[in-house]
Parts: sequence; C-alpha cells; structure tokens
Amino acid sequence: MIADFAWIRPEPHGIHVVPADSWIDPSQPVERALVTHGHADHARGGHGQTVATPATLAIMDLRYQTKNGLPAEYGETIRLAGGVDVTYLPAGHVLGSAQILLEHAGERVIVTGDYKRRADPTCPPFLPTPCDIFITEATFGLPVFVHPPIAGEMAKLRTVLAENPDACVLVGAYALGKAQRVIAELRAHGHHDPIYLHGALEKMCRLYEDFGINLGELRLVSEAKKDDLRGHVVVCPPGALNDRWSRRLPDPITAMASGWMRVRQRARQRNVELPLIVSDHADWCELTDTIAEVNPHETWITHGREEALLRWCQLNQRRARALALVGYEDEDD
Amino acid sequence: MQDFAALVDRLVYTRSRNGKLDRIADYLRSTADPDRGWALAALTGALSFAAVKSSTIRNLLMERVDPVLWNLSRDFVGDTAETASLLWPDPAYDVPPPPSLSEAVETLDRMTRASALSELPKLLDRLDPPGRYALLKLATGAMRIGISARLAKLAFAQAFDVRVEDVEEYWHGLAPPYEALFAWAADGAEPPDTGNMPLFRPFMLAHPLEDARVDLADYAAEWKWDGIRVQLVHAGGETRLYSRTGDDITGSFPEMAEALPFACVLDGELLVRGSHQGGEANERIQGGAASFNALQQRLGRKTVSKAMREQYPAFVRLYDALIVEDEDLRELPWEDRRRRLEALLPRLPQDRFDLSSTVEAADFEELTRIRASARDDAIEGLMLKRRDSPYVAGRRVGLWYKWKRDPLLVDCVLMYAQRGSGKRSSFYSDYTFGCWDGDPDQGAELLPVGKAYFGFTDEELKKIDHYVRQHTTNRFGPVRETDKSLVFEVAFDSVHESKRHKSGLAMRFPRIHRIRWDKPAEEADRIDALRALVRD
Ligand SMILES: [Zn+2]
Ligand SMILES: [Zn+2]
Repeated sequence: MIADFAWIRPEPHGIHVVPADSWIDPSQPVERALVTHGHADHARGGHGQTVATPATLAIMDLRYQTKNGLPAEYGETIRLAGGVDVTYLPAGHVLGSAQILLEHAGERVIVTGDYKRRADPTCPPFLPTPCDIFITEATFGLPVFVHPPIAGEMAKLRTVLAENPDACVLVGAYALGKAQRVIAELRAHGHHDPIYLHGALEKMCRLYEDFGINLGELRLVSEAKKDDLRGHVVVCPPGALNDRWSRRLPDPITAMASGWMRVRQRARQRNVELPLIVSDHADWCELTDTIAEVNPHETWITHGREEALLRWCQLNQRRARALALVGYEDEDD
Repeated sequence: MQDFAALVDRLVYTRSRNGKLDRIADYLRSTADPDRGWALAALTGALSFAAVKSSTIRNLLMERVDPVLWNLSRDFVGDTAETASLLWPDPAYDVPPPPSLSEAVETLDRMTRASALSELPKLLDRLDPPGRYALLKLATGAMRIGISARLAKLAFAQAFDVRVEDVEEYWHGLAPPYEALFAWAADGAEPPDTGNMPLFRPFMLAHPLEDARVDLADYAAEWKWDGIRVQLVHAGGETRLYSRTGDDITGSFPEMAEALPFACVLDGELLVRGSHQGGEANERIQGGAASFNALQQRLGRKTVSKAMREQYPAFVRLYDALIVEDEDLRELPWEDRRRRLEALLPRLPQDRFDLSSTVEAADFEELTRIRASARDDAIEGLMLKRRDSPYVAGRRVGLWYKWKRDPLLVDCVLMYAQRGSGKRSSFYSDYTFGCWDGDPDQGAELLPVGKAYFGFTDEELKKIDHYVRQHTTNRFGPVRETDKSLVFEVAFDSVHESKRHKSGLAMRFPRIHRIRWDKPAEEADRIDALRALVRD
C-alpha cells in the first residue's frame, strides 16, 4: 500500500481535514469543527458549524450555547465536502464521546479523542476499529499508570463512609463525566442513599438524566442543613475541595476520584485524604493493548505523555510520531 | 507487612498531627509483637539496612523495565521507591504469602549488597504496590512521612494510656523491637530495667513568664545562659552528654566526658570559654563564656582536633543535679537539690564545671531592673524557679519560668522552603515558619506566622538546604514542605494582627536569628506567646 495521507494534516491548533476544510477538536474558532467530546480542551464555542454526537452537542449547548450543530449518531456515516466520509464511533470516555473515523481516497484514519476500555454505566464502550492511521491520546501514557478495578475503589469509599457516620465524604470529581460516573458506579455497587451535589454539578447531572442515565436521588448541598449531610457522600468539582465552600460541610473527609491518584505526590498536592483511582482515560495497558489490537499502519500521539508511548511503539517495531498540538491539557481526571 | 503498608499510606494522606497520633496509636494497639516494635522503629528512623540503596533499587528495575521508560516514570513520580513499587512486574510463578513486617526486617538485616540483588526481588514479588512501597521505604530508611521520634512516643503513650515522660525515660535504654516497653505499657509488666546504663532523662522545662509576676519569696532567679542545654550522665563507668532532644553529643565534646569522675546525672548549659565576642564582658557577671557563635564551631563534629579543643574549650555551667551516686534527687525541692549541687562542685574539675549563680534581688522590681541592665551576649534572660519545685520531666505550670531578655525573639518551626532567585536559585533559601496553636503534646498544629530569607551565613544556608532536601515530605513546584523538625529562632521588629494569615498575626522584618539544630520542634513557641508581643 502506498499511503499518501496528504489530506490530513496536524497543525498546532488542531487536526486539519484538508479536502473538507474541517478541523478536529480545534483550539480556535473555525468554519467547521468535528468535535470528539464535550471536555473543554476538545470542545470550544464559536465555530461556524459543529459536527458531534447529539449528547456532545447538548453538552456544548449547555456550556457554550452552541446552536448550529450537525448531529452524528454513532455508526452513521456523513459525507463531507471534498469526498471525506466521517463516522462517529463510541470512545467509552464520557457521555457522547466519540472516536472519529475519516475515510478518503481509500485511506482510513481514526482520531480517538479521549477514550478508555473499562466498562462505564454512563456511556457505550470503545469500539476498536481497523484503520491505517490511529491518532491516539496518551494522558496516562506512562507504565506507572495501571488503573485498578473500580469495584475496589468504590468499596474503599463506602468503607470510609460507614466508619465515619458523623462526617461526610467529599468527593472531588471532574464536572463532566467523572462526577456522573462516580455516582452511577456508587449506585451500581449498592449505595442507594441520597447523594449531595455542589451547585456547579447540578445541570450536567440533569443533562445525563435526560439522556437516560439513572443517577438515583440527588440533592443540593445549598438546600441541605449541615447535619443532614452527616454520613453522606457529597460530590463537588475538584476546585471546590479546598475552597471556602467546603467549610459548610460537617467534618468532610476529602476524597478525589482521578487517575492521577495513583501517584502519592499528586494526591498530597490536593490535600486528599482518600485518593480514589478512578479514571475516564485509558491506562498504560489499555493504550498499548489498543494499539496492538487496532494494529494500524502508523500511530500518531496527540496529548499526554507522548514520549513514553512513542518509546513503546519503537520497542515494538511500530511506526509512530508525536503531534505537537496546542491547547490540550491534562484533564483533572 | 500489609498492615504496616496501610499505616504508612494512611500517614501519607493524613495532614493533621492529631490524626497521625490516632492512626499510629490504633496500629500499636491492634498489632502484635514484634511487628509493632519494628513499625515504631521504622517510623522514627531507628532502623537502617546497609545493603539496600536507592541505586540497588534502580539497578533491579533496569533489569526488568526499559531504561527509557524507567527514567520517564521516575521523573514523573519523583520518588525512586514509589516508581519501583508501581513498575515492579507481577511475578510469573506462584508466590508465598506476603511476609510479616518482622520477616521483612530480618531478611533485610541479613542481606549484603550482593545478596540484595537476589533476595530483595523475592520479597517484592510477594507484595502488592503499597506493600512494595512500604518495604522499599523501610529498606532505604527514608520513610519521610513527618513522624518525629517525639510524635511516635506521644502516640505510644496515647495508645496504652501511660505518661509520655515515662516512655521517654524507658525508651532510651531499649533497642527495637522494644518488647520490654510494650510489655510494660500494654501488659502491665514491671518497667524495663534501665540498670547501670548512662541513659537520658527527660529535661525539666520552663514556661514563658509573659505578663505574669512572681514573689521572690517563692521563686529563685538564675541567669539563663545562651549555650545549649545538656545533660551529663555518668553510669557504669561511662559518661554521656545529651542534648535537649536526647541526642548523644558526647563525641563532639570528649573533654566533658573525661571530666566527670563519679556516678551522677547533672543538668547544665554547655558553653565555650574564651575572650571571643563578649567574653570579656561576661567576666563582670560570671567567668568568661563566649558567644553562641563560638560554641557553634564545635557543634555537630564527629571528631574534634586538639587545636579545636584548645581554641574553643568547652565547659558546663551547672543548673541542677538529678541523681548523685545512686540517690535520685528528683523528688526533692529545688533548694535542697541546689545545696547538693553546690556541695558537689569541689569534687569536679574547675576548668570544666562551674555553677550557674543565682541572682539576688530584694523584690520583683529590682529583678526587672537587673534583667534590663544585663547587656551580655551570653545571657538570654532570667530563669525563675519555684524554690520547692521537684525535678519533673516536661513543662509543668507554675514551677519554672523563662523570662527572655529580648522580647522580640520567638522560636518557630520551619514548615516550607522555597528556592531562591539569582545566585541562590539552586538553594532552598526562602523559609516559611510557624508556631503552635496550642500544646503540641495535646495535638496542637503549626500555623505559619512568617517568612524570611536572610539572617544566616552562606555556610548555614548550605546546611539548611541540605536539611530541607533530607526532610522533605511534599513538593509543590519550587516549594518543599518539610517534616517540621527544625527550629529557627526568629528575630523581628514588631508583630501585628493580620487577617491574611490563618494565625491572625504578621511579623515585620522577620529574619533568622539563629538556627536551633539542638531544639526539638515541640518546644518551639506558641502563637499565644507571639500574640502577647502585639503592641498595637
Ligand atoms: Zn476528555
Ligand atoms: Zn483530553
């Protein structure tokens, strides 16, 4: 196969699909954006047209009042100008998250956006799909990152809750995705008590419920009395963990749900007393197993710890390159 | 080992001192001998294994992990033991159950540098990542989780409801795993027999006088000398010199060890004789002692040259006698002990010992005038001792008071250190220090009260920088959090109420007046002492 791929070009502020004059997850406003999922480093407002899954469009509408969306259902192929076919495939990262399959001139390229391979009650699982170029994330692209099974982390949380009936456990969780997943996993692991929310999480939780995700009984901290919170789980965005806001809680035990909690120093920097290793990204094993499974002709690495993943590709005789994209950051994940 | 690993992790994630005390106490109560003794030794840094170095761990990992991936991981995690615990490959064979803590300690103890390369992997194979982390931290003697020996003793006392002073006294004669100590505290056995050993006895300490006044009919006044407080112990034909922390500093002052000819325990101030800086002026009050700077030349030396001994000859100015020839005097009133001490003096070599003279005054007003007129480098202020006070360990209300001469000096604990700028950018040279918000033995916490980046010499800067690196418990970019064990005497122009700091106070022009390598953090000043100096 003589691969050409001149039609897809990584630029500093996004991946340019040249014949369709479209950009994937651009960090600047463009005429047409193909957006993988709703996190702020991938989805931005101000584009002429936004192509994304219905859930991602709803999230972008909530966050950026994005009205001019072209919805793409999972598995449905849309033909763009210049003869580029795009198909959105589940990425298993958060509600609405998608990999984008691009086909042009007999060549297939997949952009994963962010993804994971673990089961998640809030979104359909990642669908491995053959392609020539696999453009992957590498947020947890270091061999030290091996996320433990979520059952053990939920058990840790519930044990601490049971041992401290007069306190509350305050869980810091990223507002889009992580917060809802932690709630849904708690429900799946038998926790049926009301869960209290920081006000900043309310709308996103309601949006998840509108998309059919059952989160059980949710209440707002702002509408509760201090004593009502004793013995309960309170969920807030990570930024509120050490904030004045948390003073209204009864003896909170500070927890944080994030893949970074695998490293003690990261947990200590946030004054976390109960680190919960819960991630919506692929860990090292998932990243390397997925590359092996998809078995692309070439692997491009967008953001995260690309150096180590590049090294792994090299050690395993796989063609790979790191893209120098701007505007991506480590999600609070 | 898993229980110990769980304790280590809980301590890593517990911020408050009280929380740490509770967790250690719980562990000591619920764990059997000898594991709990080994754990106590490990937490307080009393164990070391020569066979395992950081380089041993790195070499073992390099055989199992690609070197580039190892280096990238190590750089990200920032800690060799932790990186290794996460990257250690799961064994491909059926492993025996995890070792107990005592099995791990015994195995580490038997290892040589050569055998470590085959023995350490076998232990690591049997553990999960937190277990490997605890094992590697134990093996390299670098727990660094902010547990001082004092905190561990408090936790021990709390666990078994015994007096921390007793724990201090018995602890010193024992080696890990301290079985006799647990038998006494947990099972009600006889206290450990400290026999004929030159052991440290906890010091009697003073409260700051602040605005109180005392009646000189009840209290005697003594100068408070500006050296380092020491305890001289002669027992079983051996003499030891202990600092305030109970550290054995005999090696730095061999002339003192040679000078004590009979069995006793004495309390005094270690000073250096000489006409250096202010030495002449001292003559007016009492035989010439040099300033603290001269004494510092001799501190912390492992070997002492003849020239050093001649240039800075050490002597002890005696305050008190605890034990004389097998007779324990500690229950006697101070006046009686003082008489016994005076009677002892002719039996001691004059060039090595003298007596801290009492200060005679008709009343408190006269004493105030005497104190104000003492313009001497070697005098820190006055001590006021209740004439009928027994010698009791620690700080007891109403018995002894210290009345420092310069009120704008406080002892603070180093909390955070930040890299400097310019030519100091490779040094941790900007310090944030704090005072206790209550009694540290009752679970008080340190609150930051100020920041300073000058007042020390380049030589001292190097030493502090080294100390910071060795005592880091946490990093935030250019800032390191320390294990809060080093005391600074901080000088400042004034102190004011401030809403910006959690302590509610802000100092003006604070500077490091002196580094108190000898002083335990628990004896640093309290916020209240600083607040008493607010004048606006
Ligand atoms: Zn994302
Ligand atoms: Zn991302």
